[in-house]
Amino acid sequence: MSTWIDIASLEDIPQRGARVVKTSRGCVAVFRTAEDEVFALNNACPHKAGPLAEGIVHGKSVTCPLHNWVISLETGTAEGEDEGSVATYPARVEDGRILLDQSFLRARAAA
Amino acid sequence: MARKLVVIGAGMATGRALEHLTEGQPDGWDITLFNAEPRGNYNRIMLSPVLSGEKTYAEIVTHDDAWYDQQGITCRFGERVARIDRAAKTVTAENGDVLAYDKLLFGTGSNPFIIPLPGHDLEGVIAYRDLEDTQRMMSLGPDNRVVVIGGGLLGLEAAAGMAARGVDVTVVHIMGHLMERQLDEAAGYLLRKALVEKGITVRCSANSKEILGQEGHVRALLLDDGTELPCDLLVMAVGIRPNTALANAAGIATGRGIHVDDQMITSDPDVLAVGECVEHDGALFGLVAPLYDQAKVAAQTLLGQDAAFVQRELSTKLKVTGCDLFSAGDFAEGEGREDIVFRDPARGVYRRLVIENNIVIGAVMYGDTADSNWFFGLIRDKTDIAEMRETLIFGPAYQGGTPPDPLAAVVALPRDAEICGCNGICKGQIEDAIAAGASDLGTVRATTKASGSCGTCTGLVEQVLAVTLGDAFVIPAAQSVCGCTELAHEDVRRMIKSQRLTSMPAVWQECGWKTSCGCHICRPALNFYLLADWPLEYRDDPQSRFINERKHANIQKDGTFSVVPRMWGGITTPDELRAIADAADKYAVPTVKVTGGQRIDLLGVRGEDLPDIWADLNAAGMVSGHAYAKGLRTVKTCVGTDHCRFGTQDSTGLGIKLEKELWGAWTPHKLKLAVSGCPRNCAEATCKDIGVVCVDSGYQISIGGAAGMDVRETELLVQVPTEEDAINVIKAVTQLYRENAKYLDRIYKWMGKVGFDWIRERISDDPDERAALVARFELSQSLYRKDPWAEHASQKAESYKPLANLSLEAAE
Ligand code: SRM
Ligand SMILES: Cc1cc2nc3c(=O)[nH]c(=O)nc-3n(C[C@H](O)[C@H](O)[C@H](O)COP(=O)(O)OP(=O)(O)OC[C@H]3O[C@@H](n4cnc5c(N)ncnc54)[C@H](O)[C@@H]3O)c2cc1C
Ligand code: SF4
Ligand code: FES
Repeated sequence: MSTWIDIASLEDIPQRGARVVKTSRGCVAVFRTAEDEVFALNNACPHKAGPLAEGIVHGKSVTCPLHNWVISLETGTAEGEDEGSVATYPARVEDGRILLDQSFLRARAAA
Repeated sequence: MARKLVVIGAGMATGRALEHLTEGQPDGWDITLFNAEPRGNYNRIMLSPVLSGEKTYAEIVTHDDAWYDQQGITCRFGERVARIDRAAKTVTAENGDVLAYDKLLFGTGSNPFIIPLPGHDLEGVIAYRDLEDTQRMMSLGPDNRVVVIGGGLLGLEAAAGMAARGVDVTVVHIMGHLMERQLDEAAGYLLRKALVEKGITVRCSANSKEILGQEGHVRALLLDDGTELPCDLLVMAVGIRPNTALANAAGIATGRGIHVDDQMITSDPDVLAVGECVEHDGALFGLVAPLYDQAKVAAQTLLGQDAAFVQRELSTKLKVTGCDLFSAGDFAEGEGREDIVFRDPARGVYRRLVIENNIVIGAVMYGDTADSNWFFGLIRDKTDIAEMRETLIFGPAYQGGTPPDPLAAVVALPRDAEICGCNGICKGQIEDAIAAGASDLGTVRATTKASGSCGTCTGLVEQVLAVTLGDAFVIPAAQSVCGCTELAHEDVRRMIKSQRLTSMPAVWQECGWKTSCGCHICRPALNFYLLADWPLEYRDDPQSRFINERKHANIQKDGTFSVVPRMWGGITTPDELRAIADAADKYAVPTVKVTGGQRIDLLGVRGEDLPDIWADLNAAGMVSGHAYAKGLRTVKTCVGTDHCRFGTQDSTGLGIKLEKELWGAWTPHKLKLAVSGCPRNCAEATCKDIGVVCVDSGYQISIGGAAGMDVRETELLVQVPTEEDAINVIKAVTQLYRENAKYLDRIYKWMGKVGFDWIRERISDDPDERAALVARFELSQSLYRKDPWAEHASQKAESYKPLANLSLEAAE
């Protein structure tokens, strides 16, 4: 069962940008693409935990700011030669508001 | 026996003729040179830079006493020739001396025209022709007001020169726009705007009526419409009249000027004339290029050689710093004539070509005149431009039609032509290495060392491989920017400029990007290129910047940031140090480190604290040190004359000035400078991107050093006498670098590609281009010379905070 909670306005994140949501178990990075889709990923690169929210967003990917791994926003997996993946969370936009699924965030907190 | 030559006038034309003559026949002539001015030949053209303070008189002397002495020329400076007796073949000097001549050469130049307005003979009404006029203008300062009548070349140079000295100048011009003989209205408009920005008042379509005086001295100019323009000096620059009086009195044929034939001989076979005083085939002359041709012909005629003067197409440039204009040929509109116009309002650039039957017959350029010689060549040679019509207006760099074939040039090189300068390797040695089995760059490099050092000659070595091996060797294509495009950086830059691409989507579209919105490799590069080429139109895109530049701090391995405030030239104060210490305490900064760049790094600051720590540092007067930027980093200095017993100049002061002028400027890669007070070079200036070493006589500016992954010494670009020159040279180099280099090339890498000489020609050999570069640098800096920390702390602080905090909720 999903319980969507209102996080912020879509406008609070720049296009091709990201911001973090703090949880008790670390940060979740919320991305906004040029097409106004939103994605939520753990804010820790599978390589050396680089803060993905600070990366450059292109298409549906983000490049980690520390060593340039490219991570898919849809699947959380590293693209190209690199191997690894990061947890993703349901996220959507409704009436210009960003919604995250609380049950998933909770599950994460409990994990 | 040497024949007697008497020369009347030691001006630019006769000066050149004497050079040719004494070179051709050192002992053939016994020469006496009269000059009404109390001095020998100087570069009259350069009076304008003398007026504005950019040059001194000593620098513009063409022939000094030693030169005349060496040539055995008898100088009678400050003496006029009063009379000529052609039957007796003698001239009479003002003091009554009579001298015989075999040949007589006229070079009396011209007289400035003075409009006979009531009051024109008042004291304080002058023309602009010689050193005396110039000195008169130079004696004025900020307390003075001047009116210049005439908005042509001379009037504007006089006005700008005086304005540069702080004088309150008004230009009164009778026509609707400035320099109407050389410029069309649009260019006249841009010129006027630039002059107004220099603080000059410009009144066009203004008719002068009377010069008003007080006790015999000029007081004001009265216009037709009743306006009174008060002034301490009135400069009339409304035209010149050939100085023919003496020739006329001697019965030599004159019209508007002294008549000469193609050999520069007047109606008297023993009398020649050159310069502004002559009339040839109905034409008069007011620029030096044709006078130099005449001078050469006259010398040849005297030497008994066959030569004929041919009139050529002329071009005009204005020597006012920051106003780059060029005009040549005929640019009036007319039937069968077409225009190609290019405007770039942001850069203040205007180009117009007038074309008739596929031939360029006129060109007007304002703002960017770098290509003017090329266009002038098209006009002069009547080149058929049908093939390159589409891209013509962008200049020679964009002409695909007739590319000079580099391979043909390499084929033509002899075996002993040096290819690799670093290692002294000639073409023949490379050919031998290839004959011995080397088949690619790597093996040639391994066996001969060619291109193994600085790498500048890599392309040449590849070309030798290509012509020697034929089809067996394919020159590697330039590498593309990234996977999003086939194009190389250079291609993209060219497209951005030539197609006026001013946004990222336009680049993606026109260059056929394969991805929807680029990637982390191309976007920062494009963002820089657009910013560098269209500073006013393009808005910086933070989302296309690496995090360090987006958040104006360096990201650390644990996601925290480092904060480095600027310490101008490495100078700080107890108050600043206290504020840094307080900030370190307040934000629990784990590490405080002195950097290699003469300032202090606060390492380990949390991202969300950035706006607050910046606000605190701002409050103490500190700004961003851009330690994160592909832009100006530090200007290292040594103590210089302030304290050091060896210091020759104020190196610390110059370092601070440079940092204040350049900070905030975005460049292809980081830009580091240093200024050392003497050649002991304690600031390590000779391993920086741009280094200044002060010496007694000025400032040695060198470029292309490195001390990171590569270690390289700088190369000396130029030595200049003043701080102001040094700053301008450095601004110009920086601008040239950012307009041309590939993103992420430091200056030394860029220099390796374009060649040091290419840079030097533009910076130290061409004052016009240097000034234009400085102007464009300034234009861009008018937007970027500011503190991003202050802006982010006050306007964007919110974006540094988490979007939401669910930590409490999730914990419940
Ligand atoms: C802080 C400092 C080291 C120090 O503790 O002294 C430093 C720290 C870094 N340098 Fe440096 N460099 C520092 C002076 C230098 C110097 C010495 C100098 O400037 O006089 C050099 C050699 C000179 C040169 O630039 O050629 C230097 C050559 C490099 C290079 C190699 C550049 C090259 O083209 O060869 C890099 C890598 C790069 O830029 O791509 C680099 C990159 C870095 C980065 C930005 C690495 C990164 O991307 O995270 C480091 C950031 C640390 C941080 O988080 O703050 N740093 N770095 C120095 C800051 C100076 C300042 O006040 O701004
Ligand atoms: C401020 C200024 C800026 C200029 N800028 C440019 C420019 O950017 N580009 C360009 O192409 N041109 C420029 N010109 C024009 C250029 O300087 C002249 O075309 C050139 O100097 C003319 O050379 P000349 O030898 O014919 O005459 P001059 O150089 O004027 O020399 C004539 C000399 O003859 C002397 N003389 C006259 N009568 C007698 C006599 N009876 N007895 C003895 N001596 C006599 C005069 O005193 C004078 O010194 C400029 C001129 C001025 C004044
Ligand atoms: S040399 Fe520079 S880049 Fe390397 S670890 Fe030290 S600070 Fe970092
Ligand atoms: S931590 Fe992300 S690439 Fe290394």
